Amino acid sequence: MAKILLEMKNITKTFPGVKALDNVNLQVEEGEIHALVGENGAGKSTLMNVLSGIYPYGTYEGDIVYNGEVCKFNTIKDSESRGIVIIHQELALVPEMSIGENMYLGNERGRKAAIDWDTTYAEADKYLKMVGLTESSKVLVKEIGTGKQQLVEIAKALAKNAKLLILDEPTSSLNEEDSRALLDLMLGFKKQGMTMIIISHKLNEVAYVSDKITVVRDGSTIETLDCHGSEPISEDRIIKGMVGREITNRFPKRENVAVGEINMEVDHWTVHHPLYPERKVVDDVSMYVRKGEVVGIYGLMGAGRTELAMSIFGQSYGTLTAGTLKIDGKEVRLRKTPTDAIKHKIAYVTEDRKGNGLVLSQSIKVNTSLANLDSIASRTVIDKDREYQVAEEYRDKLNIKTPTVEQLVGNLSGGNQQKVLLAKWMFAEPDILILDEPTRGIDVGAKYEIYCIINDLAAAGKSVIMISSELPEVLAMSDRIYIMNASKIVGEMKASEATQENIMAAILKSGRGD
Amino acid sequence: MTVKAGTLLAYAKKNMMVIALVVVVILFAVGTSGRILYAQNINNLISQNGYVFVLASGMLLCILTGGNIDLAVGSVVCFTGAVGTVMMAKNLPSGVAVLVMLLIGLAIGMFQGFWIAWISVPPFIATLAGMYAFRGLSNVVLNGYAVGINNVSFLNIFGGGADCYIPDFIGKGGFNVTCMLVGVIGMALYVILSVRSWAVRKKKGIGSTNVTADVVRLVIVSALILWIAYKLSNYKGIPSVLVWIALVLLVYGYITRNTAIGRYFYAVGGNEKATRLSGVNTKLVYFIAYANMGFLAALAGILTVARASSAQPTYGQGYEMDAIAACFIGGASAYGGVGKITGVIIGATLMGIINQGMSIMGISANYQRAVKGVVLLVAVLFDVLSKKEKA
Repeated sequence: MAKILLEMKNITKTFPGVKALDNVNLQVEEGEIHALVGENGAGKSTLMNVLSGIYPYGTYEGDIVYNGEVCKFNTIKDSESRGIVIIHQELALVPEMSIGENMYLGNERGRKAAIDWDTTYAEADKYLKMVGLTESSKVLVKEIGTGKQQLVEIAKALAKNAKLLILDEPTSSLNEEDSRALLDLMLGFKKQGMTMIIISHKLNEVAYVSDKITVVRDGSTIETLDCHGSEPISEDRIIKGMVGREITNRFPKRENVAVGEINMEVDHWTVHHPLYPERKVVDDVSMYVRKGEVVGIYGLMGAGRTELAMSIFGQSYGTLTAGTLKIDGKEVRLRKTPTDAIKHKIAYVTEDRKGNGLVLSQSIKVNTSLANLDSIASRTVIDKDREYQVAEEYRDKLNIKTPTVEQLVGNLSGGNQQKVLLAKWMFAEPDILILDEPTRGIDVGAKYEIYCIINDLAAAGKSVIMISSELPEVLAMSDRIYIMNASKIVGEMKASEATQENIMAAILKSGRGD
Repeated sequence: MTVKAGTLLAYAKKNMMVIALVVVVILFAVGTSGRILYAQNINNLISQNGYVFVLASGMLLCILTGGNIDLAVGSVVCFTGAVGTVMMAKNLPSGVAVLVMLLIGLAIGMFQGFWIAWISVPPFIATLAGMYAFRGLSNVVLNGYAVGINNVSFLNIFGGGADCYIPDFIGKGGFNVTCMLVGVIGMALYVILSVRSWAVRKKKGIGSTNVTADVVRLVIVSALILWIAYKLSNYKGIPSVLVWIALVLLVYGYITRNTAIGRYFYAVGGNEKATRLSGVNTKLVYFIAYANMGFLAALAGILTVARASSAQPTYGQGYEMDAIAACFIGGASAYGGVGKITGVIIGATLMGIINQGMSIMGISANYQRAVKGVVLLVAVLFDVLSKKEKA
């Protein structure tokens, strides 16, 4: 048995009123990749914050034994000096500074009053090479893509002499290709003897890289699974640990499937990038959706799915250069505003609920009514009692867990926020709903509830377009599936005929057009 | 009925600035041996700070849209006031002058709003430009001199000169019966409307979450209205400027609470992109905030020149900062999306009382400014810290 590099013993951390961690134990062997999985709010990030000294020694109970010594970290600097480096989910880079400057920010080479830029850039270049980047460290961070920025973060960690690297959701903003590259890089580091802890929601990735998986639920460690045992660990097995019960059915059954007339149709839809007009982000796309139908659009991130959806929604993204939009067989020309799209009964439920979807500083009530205030206002005066009743109605209908609809949306969990976002658009009474990654970043239980809502919407005769990069979800929820790659629709199939293999084949056959 | 200590604490935290206001009043009441509560001083508090209430109501809308401020209001106050004064000095009727002033203010607001909303000029810069430009133009209009106002009806209506009170129609000198009557009617209206809205909500099954708090507020506000009416009745009655302040506060209180456009100011400040994608014309929202600010700056300009019975090129200096400070002391968020007209009332009153209390105590104006600065910092500090605790 290999040496235990890190042991966290009986860690208990209480916040006012909440026990975030309750007697958590974690053992990490030297040279392994250890995954930490659990639902949102299970305590994974809190545990890592304890480890890295963000919550200083004394604010928690229990011991951290690292390299055989009990450690008492008071700041991040303390843990970093021992080689424990954490890379947070949100990239912490300054866009206007160069890669090199970013890597040594707070850790400058040379003397305090005289930074040695030659050493800085020379060393930075060395670490960049280690993570497989060919860019010069003098390039500004804003000029490289998100995938490469994530690699810069890792290079930055290496520059701190990391021995134990903690990656918190490292692939959450990366596309499939960049994610795979990052995971392979991790496996490469492992061969060189680095120890890593990865926190992730993406169970396929966890299964791909990990040697051991520790499941955290409600602030306690539930179990540690060994990936090199006699049987491979299935995703269902991990989920069982995460939610505490056997998930017999991750997707609800569709009932009363009654698909009607074609409701919305786009033809030869072409959209150009708002900043680089020569780039086509949606290229000659034709598609339709029928009443009561759930149409899945599967594609990798960056395939042009969100761009397609937003351009249909009142040209809220890019410049439309060609194409027609028909609703109920009649061609409509939407003006360049979401208002017009909403008037034509189209709703777009964004993938970015915090950035584009919700007003976090306002109540559930205010958010629910925002897209359709006119219906509860007479001559611009809002009927606030009616508004309250509407919000209550949707809280019941969508099972939003909150003591009151006056609660600020910013205080809700991701799953409940997603439900508020859905409530807002359901209240706008659309016929056509475009749902962009409706279950991103929410836990398994809430996912199931969102699926039920989608089925109810379709059963009520609405046309649902569901954009997703989770294949099982697309396969299980859709009646029909479009496959999108490199700005084009590269395949269309009935759900009954679709399989993981032939969808991936359609993507591979089309090649990567850029 | 017993109230849990926890709820009480939460309630106190939510009404921190109200408590601060009460504490400050008590301190000054002691410091000035009660003089600050004299009828005349309450009267002065209202008439001296009229412009703050008016400007801060407009500034609140700008701040709501995302912490945006309008630096030009002081200069616009001066400019519109100057134009109207010069017009009246040339014997044009006061009605025409007032109309022109309001229209000029609105036009200036629309001009600035256009750059901010559709050309995306940062509000700070667009209004800084306005601050310089209209200060200069005020000098041009007035030729660098002070110009007096002799138009009596203008002064009467907008609260200037010696005779700036609503006449006592009923009483016969001494105690002002009209004023007291207005106070009683106002209070009665407030109580009736509140109770009616409770009744309606109860019927629809929308219970208030905190009945005790509602009742306490109702009693305190009613008592306050009666007390102020009583005090003013013992002096010279209702100052005409109070009518304008009350009108502005009621109208803007209603707009921010009950109208769709009011809701949009909050939504844009909370998340502009989400609001745009909800089908709201967000550019128009910015535009309206600044156009409206220009309009209210003109009204404040009218009140300012009426109070002084003259226009001078230096009027209105620093008014923009008073308005901004009133909003922030009253709990508006510097990031937008949070703030209320009731907060504006508290913020403006608090600053006014501090000014006046220190004046009565004979503290020099220089120290008064220093204290104002500290109060602003402490107020925002409370806000920031209470939010930090929650997170």
